[in-house]
Amino acid sequence: MKHNTTWIRIAGGTVLAILFLAVAVWAGNETGLAEQAAAQMAQATGDTSGLPWWAWPGILVVFCFVLGIIAVLAGVGGGVLFVPLVSGFFPFHLDFVRGAGLLVALAGALAAGPGLLKRNFASLRLALPVALIASSCAIVGAFLGLALPADVVQICLGGTIMFIAILLLVSKNTARPVVTKQDALSMALGIQGAYLEPSTGEIVEWKTHRTLPGLLLFIIIGIMAGMFGLGAGWANVPVLNLLMGAPLKVAVGTSKFLLSITDTSAAWVYLNQGCVIPLMAIPSIVGLMAGSFVGVRLLAKAKPTFIRYMVIGVLIFAGGKALLKGLGF
Amino acid sequence: MNTPSTNAPAEQITYANILFYGCWGGLALMLVTYLLYVSGILEPYVSMELITKYWSMPVQHYLGDNNVPTGWGWLGLLSKGDFVNFLGIALLAGLTIICYIPVIFAYLKKKDLPFALIALLEVIVLCVAASGIVGSGAH
Repeated sequence: MKHNTTWIRIAGGTVLAILFLAVAVWAGNETGLAEQAAAQMAQATGDTSGLPWWAWPGILVVFCFVLGIIAVLAGVGGGVLFVPLVSGFFPFHLDFVRGAGLLVALAGALAAGPGLLKRNFASLRLALPVALIASSCAIVGAFLGLALPADVVQICLGGTIMFIAILLLVSKNTARPVVTKQDALSMALGIQGAYLEPSTGEIVEWKTHRTLPGLLLFIIIGIMAGMFGLGAGWANVPVLNLLMGAPLKVAVGTSKFLLSITDTSAAWVYLNQGCVIPLMAIPSIVGLMAGSFVGVRLLAKAKPTFIRYMVIGVLIFAGGKALLKGLGF
Repeated sequence: MNTPSTNAPAEQITYANILFYGCWGGLALMLVTYLLYVSGILEPYVSMELITKYWSMPVQHYLGDNNVPTGWGWLGLLSKGDFVNFLGIALLAGLTIICYIPVIFAYLKKKDLPFALIALLEVIVLCVAASGIVGSGAH
């Protein structure tokens, strides 16, 4: 037991140290550290490369492993951290980062899907109508993202990332929202269910209300997911939980499962447009998935509130940096 | 008063089972092909040195300068280390379409026509995205 605690402290400390370093490099434009990092990145992509090609998969695996742990502890999807951080720190163009970001989010969602569906934490009846809207709009978003000039996408990405940070800060999800009356659309589609709460052994029944406005919001969510390659768990959960009244467990489970459908459509667009480079995409997927598994184990014992606030801080920096980059500063 | 069932519906379980085997199979395939690629057993189409140069440029430079195919053109280059990786990636990206097919039949069998139609439309949307027939104007 004591051995476990020590291991968790070491892992937690490492994660925090890397996160602090990331913030320091980012924030400290005038420090040598940021200049060194930038010079190294620039060198690596030029003719006089300082780093051999094989160093990059290794760096990505480690970076994404840490990112995977942080994402789970902070309760956010991998894509939302991957895109702003990798596009900011690594020498990859945003086109390839978004392609890899979607695959990262997709692989995580596909791996989580079976468990969530079998335990009834993800509902096919809730997910199917939502997925149809979100995935259609994700295709539109992906084309928009690829057609718009890179600086415009950077500005929009920056604004979105900062908005997500604020959303994480202020949104207070409800474990079991009260739905007094199921609306007509929800009733017609049979969007309801029940699951067994493992901690209490209680059977929790649920149904949705405000289904139409909820479904309409997924038009915007789908477009943003496709445009920025972010995945969209940060937006899915509040809409399913706070607006439509699904219990938090069902909202989180269905949201994760939804990503496997929404991101599929956008991922194909990026794939078909040549925006996936396996040398960088596959280590990112492997690193983030391995990190997520470790993160889930740590989650049982760690107190993630502090990490959550740090992630919000990093997202604000990342969003600000993308915004400034887009504005030409 | 009836106790509500907490069991997942049969079509949901079928979906979950296909997803489970497909996902881990796809990830395993991706790892194997990646090892073939980075170990040099399969020679890449675009050399490692060039890739590290072009990944910091917009995608059209990478495609144009290296004559890299878009859409399903990678199928013609499966003997190359970099493009063989797309087998696992395509399996992961196509898995949702495969999972939806039995769901359509399950809903039809239950005479749940609205959900059968929703599932069918989703398959069409995903197939259109996968086909690459839309979006030739991007970039």
